[in-house]
Amino acid sequence: MAIPTSTHVLTAPVSERDHFSGSLGARLQLVEYGDYECPFCRAAQPVVEEVTRRLDQELCCAYRHFPIVSAHPHALHAAEAAEAAGAQGKFWAMHAWLFEHQDQLDDESLVYHAMRLGLDPRRFVGDLVEHRFIPKIREDLATGARSGVNGTPTFFVNSIRYEGPRDPESIIMALEATARVQAGAAPSPGG
Amino acid sequence: MNAELASDFRLPSGPDSTLALSELRGRPVVLVFYPADWSPVCSDQLSLYETIRSEFDTYGAQLVGISVDGVWCHKAFAENRGLSFPLLSDFEPKGAVSRQYDVYREHDGCSGRALFLIDPTGVIEWREVVELDENPGADGILRALEGTTASSGR
Repeated sequence: MAIPTSTHVLTAPVSERDHFSGSLGARLQLVEYGDYECPFCRAAQPVVEEVTRRLDQELCCAYRHFPIVSAHPHALHAAEAAEAAGAQGKFWAMHAWLFEHQDQLDDESLVYHAMRLGLDPRRFVGDLVEHRFIPKIREDLATGARSGVNGTPTFFVNSIRYEGPRDPESIIMALEATARVQAGAAPSPGG
Repeated sequence: MNAELASDFRLPSGPDSTLALSELRGRPVVLVFYPADWSPVCSDQLSLYETIRSEFDTYGAQLVGISVDGVWCHKAFAENRGLSFPLLSDFEPKGAVSRQYDVYREHDGCSGRALFLIDPTGVIEWREVVELDENPGADGILRALEGTTASSGR
């Protein structure tokens, strides 16, 4: 099988500043750079969920923002909304909600989503009005651009840019294969 | 060191305007040759550059797109895709500047997909030519810009 051999590698390791599931020391790591208004990211969302479910504790799965603002007018505010929800402990709930409601990303809808998720609406709106999380989103854009993100979604399997098909089996195989190579073990024939 | 000076050119940047490379002296210039307005890969690539414009601004770099499309086509494409950097028309004589930079594709009748970094003194600092269907992203240019800025700061 094909072992990802992209020369593009993640330049900023996943750390406590990121949103991630699983633990930082997990054997396998999947990083997504995504855009809430991007139809391909939306299509990838159930795939990521499936990979996360199947690998469970073996996987650390992180999400970073890469809003393509020129093509997607609501993407930046949606990313800010996810971060504002994160400040109230609901990043992943908002993350999933935004992808499920991709046709409702105008500012009014974002506030409605926040209320549905039980967030403090005044704090949420204040964070958006003050653009409190723009610096963090810019950091994500900067690390993504330097790591070879050329569109969304871009995935990194164990820090190597993933260029294969976006289905759970292929992504899991790529995660396992790169982990084996990185561990110094020769890939098993036909494995 | 064999410094290769970027050959100067002047091309239409809109229905009533032109831009010459030499006018951009004093700052790094990123020339983005691409095959065609509206094509999916070109749209993704140029939207990406627009998205991370603040990264190019960090280095004071000017981004310039070049294809063989006409000025009205460029105008509609830029407006539709929200692109704010200049798109130059290498339209008449067709592909003249692309040929000057050795990236014209005779069989396809369009410019290839290529990136050039011109330093503030007009010297070609770095280049990358990729396949038509490949989006080169921005990591190569940003690394090259980092190098240019670091060396000029010495």
